[in-house]
Amino acid sequence: MKRREPLTNTQLLMTIAIGIFIGMYALAMAFLGGGFLKAQQFFDILNDNSFLILLGCALTIVMIGGGINISVGGVVGLTVMACALYLNGTNIENSTLSISVTLLLALGIGLAFGIGQGFLISYMEIQPFIVTLAGMFLARGLTTMLSIYPVKVTHEGFKELVKQKLQIPFLGYIAKNGNLIPAKLEIGAIVALVMLILTWYLLKHVKLGRDIYALGGNQQSALMLGINVKRSRFLSYVISGFLSGLAGFVYLLHMPAGKADTANASEMDAIAASIIGGTLLTGGVGNVFGTFFGVLILATIKKIIVLSPLNDSWWQDMASGAMLGFFILLQSIVLSTREKRKIKAADKAALQKG
Amino acid sequence: MQNDTILTMRGIDKQFPGTRALSKVDFTLRKGEIHALMGENGAGKSTLIKVLTGVYEKDGGSIWLEGVEGEAHIHSPQDAQKLGIATVYQEITLCPNLTVAENMYIGRTEGQIVPWKEYEKKATALLNNLGIPARAKQELNHCSLAVQQMVAIARAVDMNCKVLILDEPTSSLDDKEVEMLFSLMRDLKSRGVGIIFVTHFLEQVYEVSDRITVLRNGELVGEYAIEDLPQVELVAKMMGKDLHDLSDLEQIGSKHKAEDEIIYEAQKISSSESKPFDFSIHKGEVNGFTGLLGSGRSESVRAIFGADRVTGGKVKMKGKEVKISKPHDAMKAGIGYLPEDRKKDGIIADLSVRENIILALQVMRGFFRPMSKAQMEAFADEYIKALNIKTASQDTLVGSLSGGNQQKVILARWLLTHPDYLILDEPTRGIDVGTKLEIQKLVLKLAAEENMSITFISSEIEEMLRTCSRLIVMRDRNIVGELTGDQLTQAQVMKTIAGGGQ
Repeated sequence: MKRREPLTNTQLLMTIAIGIFIGMYALAMAFLGGGFLKAQQFFDILNDNSFLILLGCALTIVMIGGGINISVGGVVGLTVMACALYLNGTNIENSTLSISVTLLLALGIGLAFGIGQGFLISYMEIQPFIVTLAGMFLARGLTTMLSIYPVKVTHEGFKELVKQKLQIPFLGYIAKNGNLIPAKLEIGAIVALVMLILTWYLLKHVKLGRDIYALGGNQQSALMLGINVKRSRFLSYVISGFLSGLAGFVYLLHMPAGKADTANASEMDAIAASIIGGTLLTGGVGNVFGTFFGVLILATIKKIIVLSPLNDSWWQDMASGAMLGFFILLQSIVLSTREKRKIKAADKAALQKG
Repeated sequence: MQNDTILTMRGIDKQFPGTRALSKVDFTLRKGEIHALMGENGAGKSTLIKVLTGVYEKDGGSIWLEGVEGEAHIHSPQDAQKLGIATVYQEITLCPNLTVAENMYIGRTEGQIVPWKEYEKKATALLNNLGIPARAKQELNHCSLAVQQMVAIARAVDMNCKVLILDEPTSSLDDKEVEMLFSLMRDLKSRGVGIIFVTHFLEQVYEVSDRITVLRNGELVGEYAIEDLPQVELVAKMMGKDLHDLSDLEQIGSKHKAEDEIIYEAQKISSSESKPFDFSIHKGEVNGFTGLLGSGRSESVRAIFGADRVTGGKVKMKGKEVKISKPHDAMKAGIGYLPEDRKKDGIIADLSVRENIILALQVMRGFFRPMSKAQMEAFADEYIKALNIKTASQDTLVGSLSGGNQQKVILARWLLTHPDYLILDEPTRGIDVGTKLEIQKLVLKLAAEENMSITFISSEIEEMLRTCSRLIVMRDRNIVGELTGDQLTQAQVMKTIAGGGQ
C-alpha cells in the first residue's frame, strides 16, 4: 500500500518557481526569439550568474536555519580584489601552484568571515542581520583599502584558465558561415552546479543539514530534541562563508578584474533568488534547487528586458522587484489556502468520526 | 519501599527568590500506573516536574529511581533523558517542518548521514504498534495536534522511558483527540511505563488515573487512590478547605432587584482564550465568576472587555447592540476593567499617582483634548480622598506605593470614567486585610449608591460570597453553573466546581 505524500511546503514553493521559470522562458522563446532559441542563451545565463548561484546556496542555508547573511556580496568583492592583487604580485613560476594558492586565499577569506560571523551570531547571540551588516561594511572597507583603483588580472596562467570552457557540440548551432559553434559552459558554472548538488545533499541527507532545518522550524523544539543548536547555527554560517569565498573565485574566473564595488548588492539578489525559490525568511522551509531557479528567473527577466524595447537598468530593477513582490504574494496565498484546506480536512475527519 | 516503585521523591525543597515553591514534597510513582498530579495554578506542580526533569535544581530532598544505585542526580534535561525520564510538554516540542519519522529520531542517532530508510521502517513499525494514525513520511504540520502530541510520546517510548511525564497534554485537544491520547496512555501503562499526568481537567483525571497526588501552596496535601477520593473532596483538598466545617460567613452583600434594567448582555461571546458563553448583568448588580485558578474566569472577563482577541458573539449595552473588539471600544461603551495582574496590565510605575488616575479618562477624551492641570489635580485629589489612598502627594510615583494603594489608584482611574459596568479581576490579591475590607465595602457602595454594575473575581470564596448576589461557576473553561440566593454557600460552590455534587 504505497501512498503518495502531499508535497511539503518546500517542494510546493519550489515547484511553483520551476513552473514560472519554464513558462517565462517559453514565452521569451515564442515572442522574442533570437538568442532565446539558442541553447547558448541558457548557458550564458549560467555563465554570467554562476557566482550568484553559489551566493544563493550560501543564503539558502542560513535562511533555512532562520538567519540571514548580508555580507556575502562584500565577501565576494573582497575576495576578487585580494585574489587579483595576489595573482598580479605573485612571483611563483609554477602557474598551477599560484592559482591553487589563489583558490585557497579565496576560500580562506570566506571561511574567516564565516567563522567570525558564525561565532558572534551563534555563541555571542547577536542578531545575524547586525553581525553580517557589520561584516559587509568590513569587507567593503577592506576592499577599498587594498586598492581604490580597478585591478586587472595580468597573470597569464589564470587568463588561460578563464578561457577554458566546456564545449557541448550537440547543443550548438550552425553559424551563418556554416560552422558549428558548440555551446560553451565556463568552469565557474560547472563549479557552481557541482556545489549546488553538494549543498542539496548536505541539506537533505547529512545530519547537519537536517539539524539546520529543525533549527529553523522551531529553535526551542530543536533544543529539546537534543540538537546542538549553537553548533549547527555556527556551521551554517561557516558553510555560508565558504561558499561566498568560492563565489568570489568563480566571479574572478568570469571577469578577471577587481573593483571596489564588485558584486555590489549581489547579496540582495541572492536573498531575492532564495525567496523566489521558496525559502521562507521565517526559516525551516527552503531548497537550494528552488534557489537555483530563483537565480535563473531573475537572470531571465534581465535578459528579456535587454532584448525588449525597455532596455534600461531601472526597468530591470523594477521588474526584479515586481517579480519578488509577486512571488511573496503568491507564496502567502498558496500557504494560507493550504492552511485553510488543512483545517477543513481536519474538521471533516472529526465529523466523520463523530 | 515496594518492589514495583520506579520513582521516589522525598522531601523535595525548592526556593525561588521571595517564595518557597516546594516545601518537603514527597511523590511516589509505581510501575504501570497513571498518577495524576493535581493542584491549583501556583501549587507547585510545574516546579516539581521541572525538578524531576532537571530544568531546575532542587534545594533539598532526594530522588531515587528504579535501577539506579543510590540517589539519582539530575542536573539537566539530558540527565533525565538518560535515566529514562521523558517529558511531553503542553506546547509541542517537535519541529513542524520535518517528517514524522525524523521528529522521532532526530538528535539522537549516530553517524553523519541520515539513514532515511531505517528511520521510516522503524517509525512505521512503532506508529503501527502504538496505533498512532500517522505516516512516517508525513510532514508533521500535516498532522492534527493530537497526533503531533502522540508522535512526541512515540519518541519518548522509543527512548525506552520508564517514567513518562505528560504536562497538560490535553489542553489543546478536542474530545475525540483526548480519547485517542487516553487509549495510548492505557496502552503504555499496560507495558509497565509509569505515567505522571499533570492536568487541570478534573474529569480527565477520573477517567484515566489510578492515583492522585495533590499539592497546594508548594506543600504536599496527600496521595490518594482514585477510588478513595471523590471529585468534590479533591476540589476541597486543592482549595485547602475541609468540607465538613464549611460554615457560611455573614453576608453583607447588597442584593439587586431582578426587575432592574440589564446593563450588559452578551450572547455567545468568545475570544482567542475563551469558549463562547452567555452573560448578562443588571443595573446595580454585583456578580462574580468563580472556579479554580486556571478555570477560565479571567479569560471570560477579558473577553467581555476585549482584552483578548474577540472571535465572536453579540454584545448589547443598555439594550443597544455595540461592537467591542478592543479595550478602547469597551471603555467607550462604559465598561471599566481592573486587570488581574496590576503590574503587567494596569499600573504604570514610572508615572505619578495623578497621571495614573487621569489616564483612562484622558484616553476616553482622546489625546487631542488635554485636560487642564487644575482639572487633573482636582480629580486626583477627589479620589485620593474618596478611596483613602495613602500617598505623600499627587506627584509621588505609583511604583513607590504599597500594593493595596496601587490597587486603589487603578480603581480610582476607572471610577473617574464613571463606567456603567466595572469588572474587577482579583482586586484584593496581595493586599492587607484592612484594605481588602475597604475595597469590598467600596464595591457594595458603588453598586448601592451609584447603581454601578460590578463583576468581581476573587480566589477567596468567602469574599465573593460576601459581595456577590450571583456567582457564575466555571470549570475547565466552561460555565458549569450559576448560583443565587440560598445556593450561595461554600459547600454548594465546591460541589458545582467538582461537578454533579458527588
